[in-house]
Amino acid sequence: MEAWFALLVGIFFTVAIYLLLSKYIIRVLLGVAILGNAVNLLIFTGGRLTRGVPPVIPGGQDALASPAANALPQALILTAIVISFSFFAFLLVLAWRAYEELQTDNTDEMRVAEPKDEPAPPLGY
Amino acid sequence: MAASTSAPADLSAALVLAPVAPADWLVILPVAWCLAIGALLVMLRRKIDWHPYVAVAGLAGLVVIDALLLRHVIATGPVTMVMGRWLPPFGIAFTVDLTGALFALTASVVALAGGIYSLADINDSGRRYGFYPFLMLLMAGVSGAFLTGDVFNLYVWFEVLLISSFGLIVLGSEREQIDGAVKYGFLNLVATTLFLITTGYLYASFGTLNMADIARKAEGLSGTAPLMTLTALFVLAFGMKAAAFPVNFWLPASYHTPRVVVSALFAGLLTKVGIYALIRITVMLLPVEREELSLVIAAAGALTMLVGAFGALAQSDFRRMLGYLVVSGIGSILAGVAVGGPGGIGGAIFYALHSMLVMTALYFASGIAARLGGSFSLSSLAGLYRRHVGFAALTLMLCFAVSGLPPFSGFWPKVMLVKAALDIGAWWLAAALLVTGFLTTVVTGRFFLLAYWRDPVDGGGEAQSVSIAPATLLPLTVLTLLALAIGLYPEPVLSTIQNAAAGLAEPSAYLNSVFPGGTP
Repeated sequence: MEAWFALLVGIFFTVAIYLLLSKYIIRVLLGVAILGNAVNLLIFTGGRLTRGVPPVIPGGQDALASPAANALPQALILTAIVISFSFFAFLLVLAWRAYEELQTDNTDEMRVAEPKDEPAPPLGY
Repeated sequence: MAASTSAPADLSAALVLAPVAPADWLVILPVAWCLAIGALLVMLRRKIDWHPYVAVAGLAGLVVIDALLLRHVIATGPVTMVMGRWLPPFGIAFTVDLTGALFALTASVVALAGGIYSLADINDSGRRYGFYPFLMLLMAGVSGAFLTGDVFNLYVWFEVLLISSFGLIVLGSEREQIDGAVKYGFLNLVATTLFLITTGYLYASFGTLNMADIARKAEGLSGTAPLMTLTALFVLAFGMKAAAFPVNFWLPASYHTPRVVVSALFAGLLTKVGIYALIRITVMLLPVEREELSLVIAAAGALTMLVGAFGALAQSDFRRMLGYLVVSGIGSILAGVAVGGPGGIGGAIFYALHSMLVMTALYFASGIAARLGGSFSLSSLAGLYRRHVGFAALTLMLCFAVSGLPPFSGFWPKVMLVKAALDIGAWWLAAALLVTGFLTTVVTGRFFLLAYWRDPVDGGGEAQSVSIAPATLLPLTVLTLLALAIGLYPEPVLSTIQNAAAGLAEPSAYLNSVFPGGTP
């Protein structure tokens, strides 16, 4: 089971990195969304995958009888989901505003902050 | 259900039962204070006239808290406080050692200076957009990152400060800002995601996220866990946050676009948080792997320095030039991390603290220069010396400081770094440091010559001395005098930093503070 998930995480990362390398903001955004989910799956897999084993300690015992899924990675994922969702929302609006203001979603053409034809600093008085 | 348990649960095995000593509350106070003031400012959103005063008072309080915290840490050694009273490593621990306290204090001084500068730089529209709440929440994130003792918690503080910085960088919504924010936002988010990936692997390998717990387990796991991969990923993630070559390009693309005070705060705080995390994780938690990777870090550091210095040489915009100088400073710090040992790590910490003060002050200077001269461009900026001699003197002192010339704060860390590099035989690293110092001197010297000594092109000689808003001149003066004071009398700072570096290299005091009874 873990091996399949590892493969799945690998595919997610591949797709995310491929999209992040694009020039177009909209593809980069999709890449960011997939990257966030890739990380979540990665942490989830790291916390063991067990089905139908509730982590309940039976009476009279001090420890779990059989290995159950670790709850901590799930808490980490919950935090990471909230964070990556809010960041994605912000970047989505930012990309839309950038498209409105700059009339392009091609990062090669976003040269307002770093103009191509900026003069070199003066060489003398 | 509870009745079936034969013996009552032994709470002392899981919880800290002793009440927290009053002085130890200082550990969490910087974060709680910033969050509280930030929340208060959000509640006062209709009274924007009050915002600056509440925020400046809040930041002044933060400086006092951080100073008390540093004093407490100097007196008693590292201090730990756990959230929810869970015993470490189960609860989230906040552990402050000298390094964290020094960084937190410097950051609060920088933020207070920024708060005062903003009185003249942020207009009503900026206040309505929430500049001050964002500033306080940014400081909550920065303080949390410096004080926490838990790796995942460090990630959360990174995100807190990142989302606040997004709010600050787009404040004003100008075309240039949106362009800069796109590059800043995406690349920083990828960097923090990379950090999260590494944190996931770290947890999978160690089964713990507590820094002290990781530090003591790292040696035993070096044979079985992929610690080199972890360290390399950490170096990449934090290097990206700190703008190290070859992942530095987001910084010069964005730092010149927001309001001057925002640029100044970013230059002083954000990249330094990345550097702090790099020092904390690689030096204290994974020292053996840092040693193995030192050549890579050293090469990245040398290239970062030179790329920054040459980039600054090619800029005609004052603020873009400063952006490259920030990058160049990061290179010097990386060189110290690579060299290691008390000299290298001490030099890196010292350089980072110096860079926080001086880069912020230089951005303030750029704002004042643009007000006096009407432009950020070196082609049109001229005759500032005649307009205001005192301001010219302050800028010249900062130029000396950033170039690493005596008697200013940049000199001593450079000496430590060059000496540490020569001691381990890395002559090329020492040479890179010295060449960078030389190039930075050329950059700042040329800048001073053009912007201050050159006569105005349009014969504006009659424009005699002009007054500068005291709210902008005061923080510049204070930060410059601090740089001068550290340069003239470095002994107390130097000895504290050497103790801090020793505490990172040999973290037994840190471990004892988290696990007072030894191994649980």
